[in-house]
Amino acid sequence: MTTFTRANVRTWSMLGSAGTFGLTAMGLPDINPETLILTADLRNFSGLDRFASAHPQRLINVGIAEQNMVGMAAGLCNEGFSVFATTYATFAAARSADPVRVNMGYMGLGVKLVGLGAGFSVGVLGPTHISLEDIAFMRAIPNMTVISPADCGETVKAVEALATYPGPAYLRLGGGVPHPVVYAGDYEFRIGRAIRLRQGQDITIVATGPVVYESLEAAKLLEAQGLRVGVINMHTIKPLDTDILQGVYASARLVVTVEEHSIIGGLGGAVAEHKSQFPGTPPQLIIGVQDYFPHAGDYRHLLTETGLTAPQIARAIQSRWSAVA
Amino acid sequence: MKPSLCLENLQTCELVAQDMRQDILRMGLQTGLNGAHFGGGLSLVEIMAVLYKSVMRVNPAAPRWPERDRFILSKGHGAMAYYAALKQAGFVTDEELMTFKSNQTFLYGHPSMNPDKGIEFSSGSLGLGLALGVGTAIGLRKRGNNQSRVFVLMGDGECGEGSVWESAASAAHFGLTNLVAIIDKNGLQYDGPTRDVLNMDGMAEKWESFGWQARTVDGHNLAELLDAFEGPGNQPTVIVANTVKGKGVSFMENNPAWHHNRLTQAQFDELTAARGVNS
Repeated sequence: MTTFTRANVRTWSMLGSAGTFGLTAMGLPDINPETLILTADLRNFSGLDRFASAHPQRLINVGIAEQNMVGMAAGLCNEGFSVFATTYATFAAARSADPVRVNMGYMGLGVKLVGLGAGFSVGVLGPTHISLEDIAFMRAIPNMTVISPADCGETVKAVEALATYPGPAYLRLGGGVPHPVVYAGDYEFRIGRAIRLRQGQDITIVATGPVVYESLEAAKLLEAQGLRVGVINMHTIKPLDTDILQGVYASARLVVTVEEHSIIGGLGGAVAEHKSQFPGTPPQLIIGVQDYFPHAGDYRHLLTETGLTAPQIARAIQSRWSAVA
Repeated sequence: MKPSLCLENLQTCELVAQDMRQDILRMGLQTGLNGAHFGGGLSLVEIMAVLYKSVMRVNPAAPRWPERDRFILSKGHGAMAYYAALKQAGFVTDEELMTFKSNQTFLYGHPSMNPDKGIEFSSGSLGLGLALGVGTAIGLRKRGNNQSRVFVLMGDGECGEGSVWESAASAAHFGLTNLVAIIDKNGLQYDGPTRDVLNMDGMAEKWESFGWQARTVDGHNLAELLDAFEGPGNQPTVIVANTVKGKGVSFMENNPAWHHNRLTQAQFDELTAARGVNS
């Protein structure tokens, strides 16, 4: 298992989430001797060149054929292998949607599908590679687990946890390089168990993915204005940690969800679906990307264009809070 | 002469095929107004009879036996022939067979994964089975299992799916000699002749150009089928089986209306009488 030394945390951040995946992969055969990794012509992008040299029998590059990759991975799972499969998030979710639905969802075959470059992380490549619907695709499929780590340290945690996790899962990896650090030290990560990062009675931000960092910064900005803002890292979007949410409904006066994903069908949708079952819960502000295709741009530019930087998040919350309070 | 081609084996397969056809009609009849996929099931009968009675190594008493052969019905709408074959092989009882498509059955209109009943994978969405076969074949090789083969049965209409060709390229690239694809080339799909809907002429040549070794046979000729299934070559093998959709039932043969349709009791009685078999 990988340790959270200062040097490691810095290295992971500098590698970004895809590089961190590749580095973490080096240790997977020790965690699960049945480990195989498939990639659709993204060995290099997935940071898997070292893995390919160290474990040539464990890496299968299937070429630019994502549907085939998901089916192959499912066939290998059925023969008892522990299989990760990597491609860009848009192709993992949208292009492979039917093989994922039938093989991983319906049959429950435990492929760990890794969607790289999620959100805006390869935003300069334009809307074909800007993945803002993948959470919606994946969480709509029965049996799927959906994980979106807050930083590269959590990526390490999630990959290691998935190595022995029996069911099918989608691991959403994105963010900028260097990747902002949420976790400077070790902590307990459990699939399906959200983590409270910050206390605060007035407002609770429930965030997922790289914008957990922006949410923490936004909470600090709001604190300076006298608002007490809690932050929860909902790293697993499915199954949703409904226990922690019940606590939020009971204590906060405003629930805010923040995600680098469409406002349709993502974390905001998941929380709203859950919250709507209970009367008297606090109102919800869904912060995410509006329903459009942003033009090409670098990571920071797109966060700003879509209102996902810390000051923008803080302003949006403050504006809603004035209507609630 | 190859042992599988002996008269006794041919006769066994012939009788099995007859029983399977009758079972398909019985299953189809009891679906009533829901109807069933008759045409694409009947075209498969000889292929399935040969696979389950002579070619494949399967054991209903040990359905997860690691050295079994793996079968994948990629054209899931051929389910009736699959289930009829599973009955012949001892995986499914006649009573279970007659629950086909009922609300509580495990025998769905398209196969639903059920390893203990001999159903390796779910299917129904066309073009996905060969990728499962490629993964399975690689997995067997990684386990050092040189006994088992993987059989994937597809339709010619199904080959319109691009994912089939991703997997075709992949199987050749990885040199999967333990993988056998069968194309049930009945020439008809939902909306009419395959040639009119999406022309796939030159089927064997297409597969050969992808690096497969292709054999073309009469898909209703037991001896030709048995011969084609003999031992692995040095490439993945595709057997292009020329078949007749609705084979064995005069008014269903080559009739697109019987891709999916309802069979009446009167039609069934007439067919049963004409075939001289017990219903």
